[in-house]
Amino acid sequence: MKKKKKEDVKVTNSSMVTRPIRRCFPIFLLPTLAAFFIGFIYPFIKGIYLSFCKFVTTSNAKFIGVSNYSKAFADASFRHAFWYTALYAVVSLVFINLFAFMLAYFLTQGIRGTNIFRTVFFMPNLIGGIVLGYIWSMIFNGILSRYNTSILLETKYGFWGLIILMCWQQIGYMMIIYIAGLQAVPGDLTEAAVIDGATSWQCLRHVILPNVMPSITICTFLSLTNGFKLFDQNLALTGGQPFAFMADGTQVKTTEMLALNIFNTFYGQASSAKGVAQAKAVLFFILVAGISLIQLRATKSKEVQQ
Amino acid sequence: MKKKMLAAILTATMVAACFTGCGSEASNAGSDAGSDNATETDAETDGDAEADAETDAEAPAASSADGQVYWLNFKPEADEALQGIAKTYTEQTGVPVTVVTAASGTYNSTLTAEMDKDEAPTLFVVGNQAAVQSWGDFCYDLKGTDVYNELTTDDFTLYNGDQVASIGYCYESFGIIVNKTLLKEAGHDLSEIKDFASLKTVADDIHANADKLGFDAFTSSGMDDSSSWRFSGHLANMPLYYEGEADGWNGICPETIKGTYLDNYKNIWDLYTTDAKNDKATLADAGYNAETEFLDGEAVFYQNGSWEYAALSEKYSDDELAMIPIYTGVDGEENQGLCSGTENCWAVNANASEDDIQATLDFMKWMVTSEEGTTCMAEQFGVIPYKGAQENTNLFIKQGDEMRNAGKYTVDWTFNLTPNVDDWRAGVVSAINQYDAGGSWDNVVSAFVDGWATQYKASQD
Repeated sequence: MKKKKKEDVKVTNSSMVTRPIRRCFPIFLLPTLAAFFIGFIYPFIKGIYLSFCKFVTTSNAKFIGVSNYSKAFADASFRHAFWYTALYAVVSLVFINLFAFMLAYFLTQGIRGTNIFRTVFFMPNLIGGIVLGYIWSMIFNGILSRYNTSILLETKYGFWGLIILMCWQQIGYMMIIYIAGLQAVPGDLTEAAVIDGATSWQCLRHVILPNVMPSITICTFLSLTNGFKLFDQNLALTGGQPFAFMADGTQVKTTEMLALNIFNTFYGQASSAKGVAQAKAVLFFILVAGISLIQLRATKSKEVQQ
Repeated sequence: MKKKMLAAILTATMVAACFTGCGSEASNAGSDAGSDNATETDAETDGDAEADAETDAEAPAASSADGQVYWLNFKPEADEALQGIAKTYTEQTGVPVTVVTAASGTYNSTLTAEMDKDEAPTLFVVGNQAAVQSWGDFCYDLKGTDVYNELTTDDFTLYNGDQVASIGYCYESFGIIVNKTLLKEAGHDLSEIKDFASLKTVADDIHANADKLGFDAFTSSGMDDSSSWRFSGHLANMPLYYEGEADGWNGICPETIKGTYLDNYKNIWDLYTTDAKNDKATLADAGYNAETEFLDGEAVFYQNGSWEYAALSEKYSDDELAMIPIYTGVDGEENQGLCSGTENCWAVNANASEDDIQATLDFMKWMVTSEEGTTCMAEQFGVIPYKGAQENTNLFIKQGDEMRNAGKYTVDWTFNLTPNVDDWRAGVVSAINQYDAGGSWDNVVSAFVDGWATQYKASQD
């Protein structure tokens, strides 16, 4: 038996088999590469080009320079959406990860029914964003209507409503990642800490946390980028309402986040705004990519080798 | 040796898989990106090899005629009938007609995507001034064409400068639909209602006795997406129309508006929301279904249009229904008729090949002159403003015509001029929601007047 296995390895590693495969590597790469190029690289580059253009259809674009960008920056609703989104992303990051970690911690303590709890907490993730938005708007309005108001009437309701919705949806998912991280913490480490007289808080702070740092990196990255990219839930829950009517006649959709703002600019307005929407989208990409890179570097530096 | 064979077979399979992979990727790119000529050619060559069946199916049709028609349809409810009529036309003339219908509420984005393709729509809908602003360059000048000469009126024609950008292919009327049976039960008669004051008297009386009667005056004025257009669009037409008449807009979108008649708008909105069953603070997103309320006999009045006739006539006979003008308290409104107009306007793609343009114009003419065409139009779209139109059976349209014949003036769809119409309406909806919850009416004025100026500027840049 053992001998046969060794022979197998020898055969598959022989140059007779590996050489043609090695020589053919571009053919193996090609499908994925082509898909990546067509589905991502090409639209991405074209998108950047279009942000400098005026266009109605993308094949018929006229180059006009950077004026789309200056219009995007001058747009009060875009600036508002930027700060609103940033605030939302940070708050949701904190809440989601705090609760997800707590849940994961309790569900790895070996209490009864752990699996049922895990399944139940994970389930909200299986529902689509638009559906969730409408369901939760009914829930919120069911409560708020008792006080003669609605989620569409106060910015703060819209904001916290969205936080609650996203916590409900995302905590289960992050919890799964944290559980995997917690289960990977070597038992002998915690055991040694306990023998050395560490309290459970010290054990959590100095032994468990450093060891689950890779999970924290992933979870913070996911919740931060999710926060910035949020679209469906935002559209379905408030759609940007309530609007604020400024003294100079402009309107600001107070609960509109960046992605929705871009969408509304592209489809809600005249064709001239399509280029501006495109410019906003490029700025949006730079922002999300930049922030997530910084965050990745920051949390990665805290990871420890076991 | 066996292993080597296996490896060779595996490699061959993968290479084959790879080529099929490339093929489908490239044809995807062809339909998605559309603009890149290199990809486009790839897609065609690959497509030929892969989709023999498809080409075969198209070939005979294409060879028997020079041009073809691609209609990007706007009304999902008409899709099935249009597919049928397209088939009939192809059978009769051999000209291929493709009808594609955009999903409800996605016409703009579908059009944007479709127009980018090599096989772009030849016939599409440009229904208001904002759409002319966006798509004007794509609109073939319809002036003097055969189908244009069949029109009985220019009321529904949209212009791009001097050019005829699009022509109406049907028209509709809206007003306040009345359940006459319930009105009588409440002790009133249609003849009592002549203006806003008399409408208010009747409605207030019904509302005051709602508990006793078992029904209320107005159906819910829901402000969720499925219903808000009745108020931010259609009801808002009243102040817009009167201001346009007073200031002589003449079908051209003004840079700024004054909101002269917004108090009248407030009149009617207050009436709708006060004399109704549901608390107005809940209108923002409670998702009431006004049509069901009306069908269930829960209210006497229901603001909507002639397109509701099909649904309502299933339950009510013509004797039980009526449509009256929307009175808002403007001087001289005793002579006001229904609001008639359309957002269903045909435009022909100027960038299509000459053959295709001609084929499309022929098809349009056939739709409004032939027996089959006019029947289909009458069934699907109601009344069409063409000489050869079939007699219509829509009660509300007939009542509109009666009012016109009795010398009452028709209210145009001035709201078709609204700049950046979706954004402007969203602002009005939000402001009205705030007002309903006890906020100030000033926001509505701001959304209306300042919103217009802002959106006008944004649409012109």
